Amino acid sequence: MQPGQVNTRTAGAQAYWRRFFPAAQPQLAPCALSRRTIYILPNRSGLLFAVVLLTLLIGAINYNLALGHALVFLLAALGLVSMVHAFRNLHGLTLAPQRATPVFAGDTAQFELAIDNPTSRPRYALRLWATPELPLEFALAAQHRQTLQVALPASRRGWLELPRVHLESRYPLGLFTAWSRPWPALRLLVYPRPNNHPLPAVSASYAATGPLPSAGDEDFSGLRERQPGDPLRHVDWKAEARNSGSGPLLIKEFSGGSANELLLDWAQTDPQLATEERLSILCGWVLQASQAQQRFALHLPGCALPAGSDESHRLRCLEALALFPA
Amino acid sequence: MRRWFKRSALPPPALSRSEPPWLFAVALATTLPHAFTQPFWLTAWAGLCWVWALILWRNDRRLPARWLLLPLALAGALAIRIEFGSFFGREPGVAVLVLFMALKLLEMRQRRDAVVVIMLGYFLLLTHYFEAQDIPTALWMLFALWLVSAALLRLHAGALAVRPVLAQSARLLAQALPLMLIFYLFFPRIPGPLWGLPQDAFSARTGLSESMAPGSIGQLVQNDAIAFRVRFDGPVPPKNRLYWRGPVLTAFDGQRWQSGPVTGGKPVIDAAGEDIAYEMTLEAHGQRWLLALDAPRQLPADARADARLTVLLARPLESRQRFRLSAALDYRFNEEETATSRALNLALPAGFNPRTVALAETWRNTRTPEQIVAAALTHFRTEAFYYTLQPPLLGRDSVDEFLFVSRRGFCEHYAAAFVVLMRAAGIPARVVTGYQGGEINPHDGFLVVRQSDAHAWAEVWLAGRGWVRVDPTAAVAPERIERGLASALPAGEPLPFFMRASNDWLRPLLQRWEALNNAWQQQVLGYDQLRQQALLQRLGLPGGWQTLAWLLAGLSTLGLVLLTTLLLYQKRRTPPEIRLLQHALRRTGVHCAPAESPLALAARLARENPETAQRLAPVIESFVLVRYAPDGREHLATLRAAVAALGRRRTP
Repeated sequence: MQPGQVNTRTAGAQAYWRRFFPAAQPQLAPCALSRRTIYILPNRSGLLFAVVLLTLLIGAINYNLALGHALVFLLAALGLVSMVHAFRNLHGLTLAPQRATPVFAGDTAQFELAIDNPTSRPRYALRLWATPELPLEFALAAQHRQTLQVALPASRRGWLELPRVHLESRYPLGLFTAWSRPWPALRLLVYPRPNNHPLPAVSASYAATGPLPSAGDEDFSGLRERQPGDPLRHVDWKAEARNSGSGPLLIKEFSGGSANELLLDWAQTDPQLATEERLSILCGWVLQASQAQQRFALHLPGCALPAGSDESHRLRCLEALALFPA
Repeated sequence: MRRWFKRSALPPPALSRSEPPWLFAVALATTLPHAFTQPFWLTAWAGLCWVWALILWRNDRRLPARWLLLPLALAGALAIRIEFGSFFGREPGVAVLVLFMALKLLEMRQRRDAVVVIMLGYFLLLTHYFEAQDIPTALWMLFALWLVSAALLRLHAGALAVRPVLAQSARLLAQALPLMLIFYLFFPRIPGPLWGLPQDAFSARTGLSESMAPGSIGQLVQNDAIAFRVRFDGPVPPKNRLYWRGPVLTAFDGQRWQSGPVTGGKPVIDAAGEDIAYEMTLEAHGQRWLLALDAPRQLPADARADARLTVLLARPLESRQRFRLSAALDYRFNEEETATSRALNLALPAGFNPRTVALAETWRNTRTPEQIVAAALTHFRTEAFYYTLQPPLLGRDSVDEFLFVSRRGFCEHYAAAFVVLMRAAGIPARVVTGYQGGEINPHDGFLVVRQSDAHAWAEVWLAGRGWVRVDPTAAVAPERIERGLASALPAGEPLPFFMRASNDWLRPLLQRWEALNNAWQQQVLGYDQLRQQALLQRLGLPGGWQTLAWLLAGLSTLGLVLLTTLLLYQKRRTPPEIRLLQHALRRTGVHCAPAESPLALAARLARENPETAQRLAPVIESFVLVRYAPDGREHLATLRAAVAALGRRRTP
């Protein structure tokens, strides 16, 4: 057999496979549940139901019960009809990624998804999960849209991608499970698990590196327009009162004052510890420092973040810790 | 995909507080019909469990612990064992199911338990049909299934109110009915039973028996139940010729008539005239004999006639069945009879009924057999005999007492006395039991023969003529044979309900009901392998189960596809507020441009046509509210009122 032939055949088979099982990749656009993506099979109750029907049929034949036949056939028809209804309960729903906020390792991440029922019939008893331990049960009214928080335990720092979610329904009779596995593209950052080590002394941080000239909050050096993320306590409220609220908010800028500036350095952590442990310690320091509204800088191998004290600085530091190469 | 069959990592879902009432209803609907047929203690026991579970649920109390339920279950099982002697068989089986169902109600913690209750309910539903398969039972099945499906729906559809659950369950059932019809018609039918049935598979039934004592037929006659139905291919023969032949009794011990030994070979029938063909639907009587019209000619494949011309089946008839038969009304039967058979039909117990024997002796030597028969009938006709359902009790010499003292009796008295007279006079004679007459139901043309038409007559063997039927009852009460029992009995006799003259106004209704029942039995319940093949033939299809399997698969797939299409692609209905607005615009003759928003329309109207704008203002205002306000639906009534007001104002 020619190798080329095999290849074309495999390629054909792959194309065929892909046609029915579309490439598994997260989707940014809303995932619509259609007959291609909804699967349906009898579940445990359904199999029990089938066994019961078979027993009833044998009884009806053996005792020659015409109404027994009718009962079995009506139940079987009911089962088949319920299969169509189970499928219909999922058909036409769309699931769209919304947003996700970062969490610390060890916490439970919440991915926000929007589920939309554009049809004129309500949907019942839907279950949605990213992991079967944390299912979400809900119903959807006709022409209704709902945002849902899908939970997923975040165990490791770094990017956490939402895996394929599982949307299933046993409506109406619980004999069939209809399910779909849409994959809305959504990811979030998992910061290292913070460790509650005491902050290093200010002097100690200096001893390690020396002063870093940067914008701080020691001596007043001038005014500038406020930008999102600037702390409110730096707003020049008096100037604001003079303008009687018509102008932009002004921020008082300070310079120098490095005596209180903190340096959080990778080198300060115990080199005996594992990387993750050291990152946890740094993460704890970042949190404590920003809690105390202290200016701090973060130095990691291959990455130095200048000192700052605002929210955006804190997020930058946490991100650097989260994405630190292992 | 792998997840599909895996047990969930979560604890099994517990039942919510609003779910058990559905299961109580299921238990009630499926066990209630048994309440009247099963032993009283079981009904009481199950009822107590039911009430107990209900009270626990009402007061939100905890269910009893397992160690408490186990002795209850064991006690129930022991009681069933004592009552029925076994756990296997029909009645103990039903009792065990009822027991399980009642106990399960006290053990409903998880959804799994609820599913078990529902599956038990299905089995209990099936067991109803051992008792009856009539139209009310079928309706009850539909009702019970409606409830059971509603319960199942309630368990799996989340917290829904009662009414939507019932409505959705009814919808599911309605959608399932056409599919069920396809299954019923085309599922290849297998004639049962698949294996030997337990002894008690069939309950005791009323009907003729293989022995006759004074009063036994009189008792049977009190019963209105239908024994069989007949449809003649041609015209219905006159009533006085409708003798439906059952068991023949030859052995007499002074009190009872028994079947006795059957001797002789095949019966020889010499028929005159054409055979009368008919189809008989015989109710199950648990006996082997058929009740063929005298004298039977053509028999069904699985039946044969014995030497005494009783048509016998290979095994007892345990379910209603149809037979095709034919009969000759004018016939000669066994012109030659063996000596042993004649001797058997002359035997009388020694020392019984001396006066009767003495009377017969006086006839014996002076008259020919034909004259003796005529003399006996004249005796019945001329002496003061009464035909009554309430004869006095007879002592040891029952025939003597009847012939010479009481002179009151029912057909079996006359037949028995006549046969004893004949035997004493040296003429071979025997008693034939069966039914006589019947009534045509005007609604479907079937001849209905009831237990109350049960009859006994005599047969004598005359040299050169064979066995000749003689009905002494006809001599005493000819109306019995001509018009039926009711006209033959004197006023005040206890008649079965159907025969009472005071119920004449009810009779048409009852007949209509029975015709409906007959159609149900013939067309629905009687739909078997033969009818299935006949249906295929009528459709012009080849017979055999392959055709059925193809039809079944094809039609049910088609049905499902059709249902799916109907359910999924329902036409989207225009929302009510749009329809109302369109209606308002049509009414006021305003044209709305395709891209014009309602507010833009209002603004344009205010410029172009202030009067109409003013009229439409409330409509547009409430329309905007319905469409865009957060609680929009609540303004729908306002919009409806505004549109309605539009019409009112325009009418002068």
